[in-house]
Amino acid sequence: MANGSFLSSEDKRGLTLVSFPFLYALLLLAIPIGAVILFSFWTQDFMTIDTTFTMNNYREIWSEPIYGSLLQRSVMVSGLVTMATVLTAFPVAYYISFHLAPKQKSLWLFLITIPFWTSYLIRVFLWKVILGYNGVVNSGLLKIGLIDEPLTFILYNVNAVIITLAHAYAPFAILPIFVALEKIDRSLLEAAQDLGEGKIVTFFRVTLPLAMPGVVAALVIVSIPTIGDYVTPELMGGAGGKLIASMIQTQFLQLSNAPLGAALALVAMATVMAAIFVIFAQLKLMAWIVRTYSSGRGFGELAFLCLAALLLQALVILTIFGIWSGSFGGSIWFFAGMLAYSAGILSLVGKKRG
Amino acid sequence: MRLSGLGIYALFYLVFLYAPIVLLPIFAFNDATIIAFPLTGFTTHWFAELWTNTALHSAVGNSLQIAVTAAVLATLLGMCAARAGAQHNFPGKGAIIGFIMLPLVLPEIIIAVSLLVILVQIMGLQLSNWTVIGAHVLICTPFSIAILNGAFANLDPSLEEAGLDLGESRWSAFRLITLPLVMPGIISSLLISFTISLDEFIIAFFLTGSNPTMPVYIWSLNKDFDALPVVMALGTILVALSIALLTIAEYFRRRGIARAGLKDTGGFL
Repeated sequence: MANGSFLSSEDKRGLTLVSFPFLYALLLLAIPIGAVILFSFWTQDFMTIDTTFTMNNYREIWSEPIYGSLLQRSVMVSGLVTMATVLTAFPVAYYISFHLAPKQKSLWLFLITIPFWTSYLIRVFLWKVILGYNGVVNSGLLKIGLIDEPLTFILYNVNAVIITLAHAYAPFAILPIFVALEKIDRSLLEAAQDLGEGKIVTFFRVTLPLAMPGVVAALVIVSIPTIGDYVTPELMGGAGGKLIASMIQTQFLQLSNAPLGAALALVAMATVMAAIFVIFAQLKLMAWIVRTYSSGRGFGELAFLCLAALLLQALVILTIFGIWSGSFGGSIWFFAGMLAYSAGILSLVGKKRG
Repeated sequence: MRLSGLGIYALFYLVFLYAPIVLLPIFAFNDATIIAFPLTGFTTHWFAELWTNTALHSAVGNSLQIAVTAAVLATLLGMCAARAGAQHNFPGKGAIIGFIMLPLVLPEIIIAVSLLVILVQIMGLQLSNWTVIGAHVLICTPFSIAILNGAFANLDPSLEEAGLDLGESRWSAFRLITLPLVMPGIISSLLISFTISLDEFIIAFFLTGSNPTMPVYIWSLNKDFDALPVVMALGTILVALSIALLTIAEYFRRRGIARAGLKDTGGFL
């Protein structure tokens, strides 16, 4: 350490202690990821690796439509899973935090974490049993006569992948939101109601903004792992529901084209991070609208404002989608546009706040 | 308990969470190779088949070995980080701890791929149980830190200082005073790391050597429909085991909180 002399002996002991896990993470995480980055600029030459620096892998991902559409589907599925998980989990977290006695809280949290600790593979197998052609849902619905023939849209396609992943990541969404809700000072809510706000407006102007850190954490924790998930798309997705991880696995373990696989893994990572940035900007915008325009307005007006802003943005996004060709080469412009747009929102919203 | 609309919704959500797990024992004891309703009869045949399956036995043995080693190593690293994070201040603390916690939000396939690249393609090593252990320690350490952070943060540092003032060496003060106080946290960290490692599939799939781990073996049964009821039987045993282990972990966690004289806020994470 350059500034070692400024450190107290307490600090030094802390550094020494943390250096073990830090070095471990450096050796087994930072260096391997560095190696993947390096590797992605090399090429596979039959059995050997050609170590001349080249952009060929990225060029291939750019120009071959299959990678673009896989990536697009992965982002879409990850986005839908994240949305479904967070939206369905929020009321549960809210219920546990606001409606239950402390003793019951820990029991509920325990109940929620248990399914998560049981074998993921077996859980996915069981979803196949539940959603399958002769599965629980279909035979049940047939028996009560709600349907005449088995539903086919719930297995071996994207829907099945979304249901299974939303199930698998539920605790990851509930826990951070619960923690954020627990931290909210209950007297703030009373204050809002004493000052004459209704229950719903209090929720949107006090509870929800204060719970936002938890919601953002849930968004990140759910979306990043889901985009790289292999088991669920492979087992539940059928031919049309495979995601990018299947392609990465194929490149590495079946086609022995590790450099291309490495490039794909990196592109997938970068894509999900960009997507999170975009979502983050959207949330900031909503928060800004609520903060700036909420005083003296009813809930209806506020909801209308948020909805209008969302629709306007959807329009912008769809317009850009319209000129999008379908290959990754096309979608990268889309992403660049979205990123610039989000950065714009953030700088605007950030300024207004100060 | 007053049941509001929200409460009913939360109950339905629990049903959704437990739907697959409830089915598991039903089909494990069902007397049919096809996994579907209606049920045909009761049998323990699938459990008996587990007993004679040597490939499964070696996979389970392998997984246990990996999970125990990974749990011990991850808990040791987690103790270092949690103690440093909760009781010491040093420059760059947030960034360093954040970096160690990173595997929590990285897709596991990225970790699998990056380790495969560096170990096999660049260093030319043979894949073995140790490569899987190395990766599992990496992904278990953040969980261990999250659990132990609570234990160390709740600890009054003046207790250990008192030990030092009374003439104990630094190590024996830690061993005699701090260690017993954080022991519940250590036990629950061990159990949870063990469970994660035992269940982890994608990293093991990429990094396993010639001996598959249990999830990799289960995966290989995927295409083999006759083997599905056996998987259900295995799953039932695993679920029962995980619930037992987690209940023990939860018990120790609560005892730790009670020992530190704090209110229970619930949850592992």
